Amino acid sequence: MSVFGHFSYEVTIALMIGGLYIVIARGNLVKKLVGLSVLQTSVYLLYIAPGKLVGGTAPIVDPRFVVYSNPLPHVLILTAIVVGIATLALGLALVVRIREAYGSIEEDEILEADRAAGPHGREA
Amino acid sequence: MIAAHLPALQVVVPLIAAPLIVLARRGALGWLLAMAASFASLAIALALFVQVQAGGLVSYAIGSWAPPWGIEYRVDSVSAFVLVLVSLLAAFGAPYAWRSIAAEVPADRHYLYYATFCLALAGLLGIAITGDAFNLFVFLEISSLATYVMIALGRDRRALFAAFQYLIVGTIGATFYVIGVGLLYLMTGTLNLADLAARIGEVQGTRPVLAALAFITVGICLKLALFPLHYWLPNAYSYAPSAVAAFLAGTATKVSIYVLLRFYFSVFGESAIFERLPMREIFLVLSVAAMFLASGAAVFQDNLKHMLAYSSIGQIGYITLGIALDNQSGLTGSIVHLFNHGVTKGSLFLLAGCIALRVGSVRFADLAGIGRTMPLTTFGMVIGGLSLIGVPTTAGFVTKWYLVLGGLDRGSWPIAFAPVLSSLIALWYVWRFVEIAYLRDAAPALARVREAPRSMLAPALALTALCVYFGLETSFTVGAASRAAELLLGGPR
Repeated sequence: MSVFGHFSYEVTIALMIGGLYIVIARGNLVKKLVGLSVLQTSVYLLYIAPGKLVGGTAPIVDPRFVVYSNPLPHVLILTAIVVGIATLALGLALVVRIREAYGSIEEDEILEADRAAGPHGREA
Repeated sequence: MIAAHLPALQVVVPLIAAPLIVLARRGALGWLLAMAASFASLAIALALFVQVQAGGLVSYAIGSWAPPWGIEYRVDSVSAFVLVLVSLLAAFGAPYAWRSIAAEVPADRHYLYYATFCLALAGLLGIAITGDAFNLFVFLEISSLATYVMIALGRDRRALFAAFQYLIVGTIGATFYVIGVGLLYLMTGTLNLADLAARIGEVQGTRPVLAALAFITVGICLKLALFPLHYWLPNAYSYAPSAVAAFLAGTATKVSIYVLLRFYFSVFGESAIFERLPMREIFLVLSVAAMFLASGAAVFQDNLKHMLAYSSIGQIGYITLGIALDNQSGLTGSIVHLFNHGVTKGSLFLLAGCIALRVGSVRFADLAGIGRTMPLTTFGMVIGGLSLIGVPTTAGFVTKWYLVLGGLDRGSWPIAFAPVLSSLIALWYVWRFVEIAYLRDAAPALARVREAPRSMLAPALALTALCVYFGLETSFTVGAASRAAELLLGGPR
């Protein structure tokens, strides 16, 4: 087995680690969401890549074909993509409202603004 | 026959109510629909509970696709108990929400609150009822996304950032869960939980299965706020609208605990988790840390809702302690506490919402002498507090009794003693509230304060009464929990 034998897994794991690192390391809320999306995308690969066989066709019963790809992961990931888009959309909508309320999308500036506003806080 | 379709209706009723509310676009109509959906859910959950207690297991094939190929809804004594808890708190939260939401959310967004409430309810019920690992992920995300929106409706701008933080943490948790499920699917070729349990034996102990266990554990523990993964919880509960905080505190983390129970005992099997891996030690350490450190943090909060939130993290420690004990008494205690703490913390957050409505603040500095101006609310808080401590005749006592028994069965005195010792910390933070509420001179600002409107006070006090009821009459809760524990300890089905 060459280095490329597990190519799809290597890419998946690289994206997973990279995405999670961006979420943790970046203070900018939009960049955090970018990292979150990369993390979620890595999962799409994790599911889909093993479902594909070289030379496999769609699972249609026909004597001419003997090798089929597994369609279930594709269907699952269609659902997961929808979930990912909904999460990203909601996250960005929250960032817009945070920007309106705080005038910033940097985590440290938001926390500083909360400290400055005192324990009673401020209305959104 | 409608009775045959109860498992589907359990989820479909609130799920359909949500778009109807959005179409109606009116707060009042939305409230009525949310009420109808909540009470219908409670009726269905109780009917399923009765069926399960009589017959053992209800399996429902969605769209008549036979499991394990199709999605199966599967109600056993564990899930039926969780369904009752979730729909019970929804049924208490819905009437309460009318006045509470009117005061805390702008009028043009009321219908959106009721729609997301129904979505969150459908998601939480779906998690408890589904027998399919991927379907569980979808419901997890339905409930989570609805929850983020509900938290962001809070009046304080800090609610927005709390919702964002919860979104980040919750999505990482759900993504970890789905990575774990993907790895299990690669190894077994099935997503049906019962089928997964049957097939996992052949691949038990292989590296992908261990990785799946690790991902699922960390992902779900993020969602259930196990110490030290609880960072998102206090702000989310404190700045969300009061009705939201009460509903979430009673249900969201509890349903995640159900998922953990399901995977540990029904899918992986207790021997794989606790005998071959050091999971018991890990959970014991984290649970005891939660019981002492998070409860300790509750003592030093200057805000009632923050105190209740940190107390929740401590109380989750009791539940995970029971899981780690992994014996009949410990697991019974854990499942009873899941229910009892849901009821107790739900009632406390509802009452805190009454205070927030009338006083406009839940900071302790503003609550001096509240016991004289809001006597019923404060009295309810004290009863709920006693249940947190675990005083006999309250629901909290029942739990600690079983946890101590479980610790003794494990042959470990320190573990049996830990819940008792940490109760003293609970006594400390509850006493702090009592001292502020009754023993201090009333702040002049409180002179005009009255009790909250009846539509809020009645559900809150009724739930408080349940804390006492379940402390005296334990046959329902302990009976259901011990049957659930027996089922879980029976190993993979």
